[in-house]
Amino acid sequence: MSTKDMIRPYGDTSGDGKMQLSFSLPVPADAWGKEAARLLLKSMGFDEIDVCGVRYLGEGFTHFIAYAATAAFVDPASIKVKVVETPVMDMDATDAYITENIGRKLTVVGACIESDAHTVGIDAIMNMKGYNHRFGLERYQMFNAINMGAQVPSEELLRRAREENADAVLVSQVVTQKNIHIDNLTKLIELAEAEQLRDKILFICGGPRISHELAIELGYDAGFGTGSYSTDVGSFIAISIAEKQIKK
Amino acid sequence: MLKLDIDLKMKERARDAAANIAGSFDWLFGGYSSLAIERTVLRLLGVDGALEDGKPLPNVVVDHLQTIGGMGKGAAIPVANAMLAKKMDVMEVAQAVGRGELDLGKIPPQDPQAVFDVLNTLADKMLSHIRAQRDTRKAMFAKYGPRRVPAIYVIVATGNIYEDAVQAKAAASEGADVIAVIRSTAQSLLDYVPFGATTVGFGGTYATQENFRIMRAALDEASEQQQRYISLTNYASGLCMPEIAAMGAIERLDLMLNDAMYGILFRDINPKRTLLDQYFSRMINAFAGIEIQTGEDNYLTTSDAIEKAYTVTASQLLNEQFALLSGVKPEKMGLGHAFEIDPEIENSFSYELAHALLTRELFPDAPVKYMPPTKYASGNIFKTHLMGAMFNFIGQLTGQGVQLLGMMTEAIHTPHLVDRSLAIENAQYIFKAVKNLGDNLSLVPDSFVNQRANLVLTQAVEFLEKVASEGLFPAMARGDFADIKRPENGGKGMDGVFRREEGYFNPFLDKMKKELGL
Repeated sequence: MSTKDMIRPYGDTSGDGKMQLSFSLPVPADAWGKEAARLLLKSMGFDEIDVCGVRYLGEGFTHFIAYAATAAFVDPASIKVKVVETPVMDMDATDAYITENIGRKLTVVGACIESDAHTVGIDAIMNMKGYNHRFGLERYQMFNAINMGAQVPSEELLRRAREENADAVLVSQVVTQKNIHIDNLTKLIELAEAEQLRDKILFICGGPRISHELAIELGYDAGFGTGSYSTDVGSFIAISIAEKQIKK
Repeated sequence: MLKLDIDLKMKERARDAAANIAGSFDWLFGGYSSLAIERTVLRLLGVDGALEDGKPLPNVVVDHLQTIGGMGKGAAIPVANAMLAKKMDVMEVAQAVGRGELDLGKIPPQDPQAVFDVLNTLADKMLSHIRAQRDTRKAMFAKYGPRRVPAIYVIVATGNIYEDAVQAKAAASEGADVIAVIRSTAQSLLDYVPFGATTVGFGGTYATQENFRIMRAALDEASEQQQRYISLTNYASGLCMPEIAAMGAIERLDLMLNDAMYGILFRDINPKRTLLDQYFSRMINAFAGIEIQTGEDNYLTTSDAIEKAYTVTASQLLNEQFALLSGVKPEKMGLGHAFEIDPEIENSFSYELAHALLTRELFPDAPVKYMPPTKYASGNIFKTHLMGAMFNFIGQLTGQGVQLLGMMTEAIHTPHLVDRSLAIENAQYIFKAVKNLGDNLSLVPDSFVNQRANLVLTQAVEFLEKVASEGLFPAMARGDFADIKRPENGGKGMDGVFRREEGYFNPFLDKMKKELGL
């Protein structure tokens, strides 16, 4: 493959490698500090460095805005991503699909687990009202959707899932400081394995910093990040459960 | 002058309905107390510190009293009784209970007058300290000049109080007027206040008295450097609402998030517990001269900001009435609302303007707390920054009291140093650019903005009158607020509510009520 086919940043000319950068350093906002910013970019492999913005932030910190060119590129053939591959259906189509292919209501138990108090994600997917013109799972005829809300201990979520004979568990994690979401999600999946629920139930996680790839790595069936809707999650559950039944 | 043309009869009906609702809780405020209130009394009497396992001494004493069934008269009397009988000071009593050496139920009753004298002396000492803090704040504002309107409010949320102090000082140097230290995400459901300085937490760090002291000292230093009084705020909410209010009063916080109903609706805390705790905590805030802020923005992050705009108005009116019952003056009521309408909607700015003006119209003396776009903030930080500018435009144009600046990285992480700095730059530019624009503008009488504001007010009146006729608790149980069902006897902290016995005594409640003219 010729270098022409490689992917490079595009500023205003093909292959110019120009990038916009913004960062702060614990340096003063003077010529010395600006040189520190330039050298940092240089050590990162940037060229044609233009530190165009310098703003003092107080307490010895300075904000730098810069444009610079990189010689780095990406080989398109090397790009591999994991995405949820099931097709996305709207509410009516999902209800019809479940009726036809499964023939019973599916039970979904959802929660923000452990320390996380931010229900905005789980509410967008589950609440009747939904988000951005897509109704939540509670509105679906063929889902029995149970939203346990915020700060639910993993043990309690699994207990409820067992009681309700759940088909799927939805976990939302919004707070990600110090990777707390990874710890929480790992705890849940380990408990599920210990309680032998892992293979009986679909485990799905979601949140602004969650990707499908991360979810798979943590042992979940799927992960939904920013821009996902109830339709994405609902379709995935319906199709995955139907496929599981066929395998049985 | 930019001013709404509001139906005055509707305004009156709205207030009457809200006053009816808030006024129907005498039985609760006069007949019950909570474990959090009793822990607060102990803190104000001077009980502080924790056992080796981290259990705070106010919890140790209150739990002990509950175990021996000695809580009905409140925590103050049995502790003072032990002080007299054992010739100990209040900390020695708490520590002896903590070591298991003292059973407060087995001490013979001392002379009642002597018990009251002990309590009065300790209470007067603490109330003088709080009065002195209030006077210090007043003197600072007199020295450096009043807070700007809208005030620039930013958060720090590193999870480490020492790191927070550095970032707060940086923000102050750039123009911040109010600094909020975000709490660790799970604190509202802890039934105790952790002790000491903390350097851990998720999405923030704990509200502790020592953390309050550290931040206040840092901001006093910043005030001196900037020649501007920098206010400090935290959150008197959750299961320890009045304890946190007391800590804030002692350490001179200047504002305190202190909503009457937020805990019930959004944290599933028992309704009786929440109303009782807010009653006492707001009285502490009123006494200490602390400006309370309310959390109406939460209604809009869970529901549609146009359809449910009236729930914000209704909640503001209820928060106002409950605050009045605790002695909070209108100029210390930072009633809340938010800029949360979907930016894809045509004329979204006109809706926002109508809602913002309605709040100002209904509460002309209140330093209204205006919250930024969060729901439609996205990973596109450039667009979020622009939405922040539109929000700032309305804040200055309509004279909101406190502008909680939007961060362009709202949807991504707790703010970096740069994010906060750019938010302040954004606000300062807009505030300066449109400073007196509002004086030059007026609304067309039948314009959309006027109609919209009147419609929201009418919906709020209908809603409040319905709640007034049915009762607040039944309305909450049915899910009338924020589509969330909260039964009177459900939720967390219910077992911490108890009926007062004959002879119940809370020295602070009596003294503060008297001084506040309640």
